[in-house]
Amino acid sequence: MEKRVLFRSTWLPWVLIAPQLAIIGVFFFLPAGQAVLQSFQLEDAFGMSREWVGLENFRQLLTNPDYLGSFQRTAVFSVLVAGIGIVVSLALAIFADRIVRFAMVYKTLLIVPYAVAPVIAGVLWVFLFSPSIGVVTYYLGRLGITWNHLMNENQAMALIVLASVWKQISYNFLFFLAGLQSIPKALIEAASIDGAGPWRRFWNIQLPLLSPTTFFLLVINIVYAFFDTFGIIDAATQGGPGQSTSILVYKVYLDGFKALDLGGSAAQSVILMAIVIVLTVIQFRYVEKKVQY
Amino acid sequence: MVDRNPWLTFLSHAVLILGVAIVAFPLYLALIASTHTAEAIVQSPMPLLPGAHMWENYRDALVGSGKLGSTTNVMHMMWVSFVVAMIITVGKIAISLLSAFAIVYFRFPFKMLCFWAIFVTLMLPVEVRILPTYKVVADLGLLNSYAGLTLPLIASATATFLFRQFFLTVPDELVEAARIDGAGPMRFFIDILVPLSRTSIAALFVIQFIYGWNQYLWPLLMTTSEDMYPVVIGIKRMLAGGEAAVDWNIVMATAILAMLPPTAVVILMQKWFVKGLVDTEK
Repeated sequence: MEKRVLFRSTWLPWVLIAPQLAIIGVFFFLPAGQAVLQSFQLEDAFGMSREWVGLENFRQLLTNPDYLGSFQRTAVFSVLVAGIGIVVSLALAIFADRIVRFAMVYKTLLIVPYAVAPVIAGVLWVFLFSPSIGVVTYYLGRLGITWNHLMNENQAMALIVLASVWKQISYNFLFFLAGLQSIPKALIEAASIDGAGPWRRFWNIQLPLLSPTTFFLLVINIVYAFFDTFGIIDAATQGGPGQSTSILVYKVYLDGFKALDLGGSAAQSVILMAIVIVLTVIQFRYVEKKVQY
Repeated sequence: MVDRNPWLTFLSHAVLILGVAIVAFPLYLALIASTHTAEAIVQSPMPLLPGAHMWENYRDALVGSGKLGSTTNVMHMMWVSFVVAMIITVGKIAISLLSAFAIVYFRFPFKMLCFWAIFVTLMLPVEVRILPTYKVVADLGLLNSYAGLTLPLIASATATFLFRQFFLTVPDELVEAARIDGAGPMRFFIDILVPLSRTSIAALFVIQFIYGWNQYLWPLLMTTSEDMYPVVIGIKRMLAGGEAAVDWNIVMATAILAMLPPTAVVILMQKWFVKGLVDTEK
């Protein structure tokens, strides 16, 4: 798409676009290029020597049970976060769409978690579930459930899923609510006249018409679970116990900055980049074909 | 709604109240914990109603030092967070307005190449390229500086695309009129285009401010000197001593303080916040 009327100048557009190009050049293309380059090299931790090893870093990663395990955990984690987050927020949005009174109050309270930093979300949930002082831990104990996410791998996973879903509910909720409000009232009324009850109307009209929103949120939530949950994990479990909650992004950080395995970390970065690019392409292809109603 | 089924309305309120209660519970408990002494909190279960020590806790958090295991106080950390968030927000909006203006209103060689170069950055969050970016910043000598904290986070294209979309909807007649009146491109940009973009700017401001304020991974790598810690890093550092040694009342007071500015922005600018969310994800 282009404007019919354009300004004429040979130098001005370059001056205007220069700041952005400079910043993305230095802080985006340079590092991304280096990551790709490093992923084919083996460098010792002190940067004294490096040698070209071809696909060796990738081969090592993809045969490393630790890394494959992390892949699997990331998949489980993101499916849980996206699935639970979408179902819960859809339910809340459906009910919020029905009511008039206090709607603004509910909405305002539900969007607050969006403003909370992931790492603070992690701290808040650890405080609730702390094995020694947590309030929820105490009441779970009264019910006969022993909660200790520092020892129990499944509980650690449950904790970070819970905190991640909590933080993302606001976002999902707002998009579902906007989606519901854009469904023409006439459709709902027509169905109602034909004798469809609320459950039927939800199942046969609202849900199908929300499918573009749902798909969009699915991709966004997976991206969120992959990348934006670093703070939650660092505050809540630090990847433990063992490696049970160290998802891919956390592993890049652990291997690169704690273990100083530069080539391996770069190879992991390259794999992550590939995953994001695939997800983005899926999303854009879908948005192009977005259902119109 | 089409039918006024009182039971359904009742159920709706019940579900929403339950949902809101669960969502708000961690926040409520943080608020409660910030009003008790550290000793009261470690008793199991901790009190669920406000205590009487709110003032001391917030004072200790804001200006007290030493107690937090670091030499700076939360007041200073909040200042760092604020500066970082503002530089990211204003920086992104400024460079994006300029480059979107260049891309939409000018024809120049390699325009499509520039466009795609910017477009690609949309895809890769800083988290996936942390190590090489860290190296670049370290080589430039920008560790522990505001420039190092903010510039790599400004390098993203969301805002450029938002403004491009908006500029494409601005009627061409405005440019023609401005030209007839003898206005050059910069005149048109400053006097017409920027004022027209007000709502987009406000929407982006809300989203980017929260983004900047809540940054964690990047500052964690970048800052080794305590006087450059943003407040979210400060909170994490307070927990470093292991659970027994943590003053939860101070940690929670700090958490509440750290949540206040972004929460206030979201609630007070709710209209723009929702617009910003929807627009930036198109």
